[in-house]
Amino acid sequence: MIAIVDYGMGNVASVSTAFKRLGYEVLLTDKEEELERASHIILPGVGSFQAAVQEINDRNLKQPLQRLAKQKPFLGICLGMQLLFTEGYEGATSKGLNLIPGTIEKIETDLLLPHIGWNALHINETHQPFTAFQDKHVYFVHSFAANTTDDYIVATAEYGTNIPAIVQNGHVFGIQFHPEKSGEVGVDILKTFLQLTE
Amino acid sequence: MIVKRIIPCLDVKEGKVVKGTNFVSLRELGNPVEMASSYSKEGADEIIFLDISATNEGRQTMVDIVRETAENVFVPFTVGGGVRTIDDVTRLLQAGADKVGMNSAAVANPDLIEVASARFGAQCIVVAIDAKRFDDGWHVMTHGGSKDTGIDAITWAKTAEQHGAGEILLTSVDTDGVKDGFDIELTEAIVSSVRIPVIASGGCGAPEHFSEVFKKTDVSAALAASIFHENTFSIKEVKQSCNQQGVDIRDAGLL
Repeated sequence: MIAIVDYGMGNVASVSTAFKRLGYEVLLTDKEEELERASHIILPGVGSFQAAVQEINDRNLKQPLQRLAKQKPFLGICLGMQLLFTEGYEGATSKGLNLIPGTIEKIETDLLLPHIGWNALHINETHQPFTAFQDKHVYFVHSFAANTTDDYIVATAEYGTNIPAIVQNGHVFGIQFHPEKSGEVGVDILKTFLQLTE
Repeated sequence: MIVKRIIPCLDVKEGKVVKGTNFVSLRELGNPVEMASSYSKEGADEIIFLDISATNEGRQTMVDIVRETAENVFVPFTVGGGVRTIDDVTRLLQAGADKVGMNSAAVANPDLIEVASARFGAQCIVVAIDAKRFDDGWHVMTHGGSKDTGIDAITWAKTAEQHGAGEILLTSVDTDGVKDGFDIELTEAIVSSVRIPVIASGGCGAPEHFSEVFKKTDVSAALAASIFHENTFSIKEVKQSCNQQGVDIRDAGLL
């Protein structure tokens, strides 16, 4: 069973549907004991970093998520991906889950913000299964992005600057764009995550 | 780099897709969820629903359509039409819409843009502007393009941006339904006045109208209804045409 953390940060229906389409049983929950039973944990989210940290703390989920991320495959999507990092600067400075070293900062670009729309993925050639998505377009909506080292970057998207699009630290993965809104390519990327962590 | 978006628009009245020409004489076409789903499979980059229901029952049906669409469509979709209050915005976003469009209500009360944008983020608030040419420039039209507000469209676009709009859906009342191409002059005038994405709408009658508006203006997306609904041209043909003209688009495995 795949657990999707439902912590009050945006609609999770599309993310849930995407996994159901792949044939998985899905549970939306903010309960530690249910997360405990899951094979994979998905942390979605839309909104601000600071508000999300607050929601996680209010539900006493921070330590459980940090602990479970060491035990089972974990995927953060969009804001959920940003929460994997050490610290975020949207709103006041707030501490993330610190599962991947790095910070979440406002995108520095001459182009329009938010970065909204379909952008092409540039996959780091060493990340084998993901190279199938080289130059594929996926759907982004965000103004903040991860600042981290190349060690953790699987893919980037070019938007006046290179924006980390897929990140990885062991079996902790993060996707900055919306795979659930990226057509067939998005679903295939989720499938790749599931296959990699089987 | 971000590609240009091709967007089919579905006018929905009392739960059914209808076709409007110059905002009048409606004709029924089909099931909105099925049509949205098939467009997304054909490579549409986004879907827009415009609810033109006249009744509260129709509005409620739209919420159900949004919920069903969120479960069946895997590209972003926007819902506009009849959005009057922050509760309307909340209801549609909670049902699964990615963005909500507001038109007349935003003109009457620009604070609605501000409240919605602060609560849900600018990225999901679209301000729809229906503009018509007059001797002194373009005026904002409301009530389905029939009522002249006397407000200058360029000024209004800037105001909407300042209030937190994340995108502008710009319809030319003059070219809508004429099928002779997008209103290039109006589109360029609005695009060059704001720093948010603009979607051009009104007048598309052939695939090359898309590449024309993309090449002649810096518009981010363009929308059409009838050419797709009547199967005159497919999304694929539009994307092939754009590609041949050197416009960057998402091929979605089509080309």
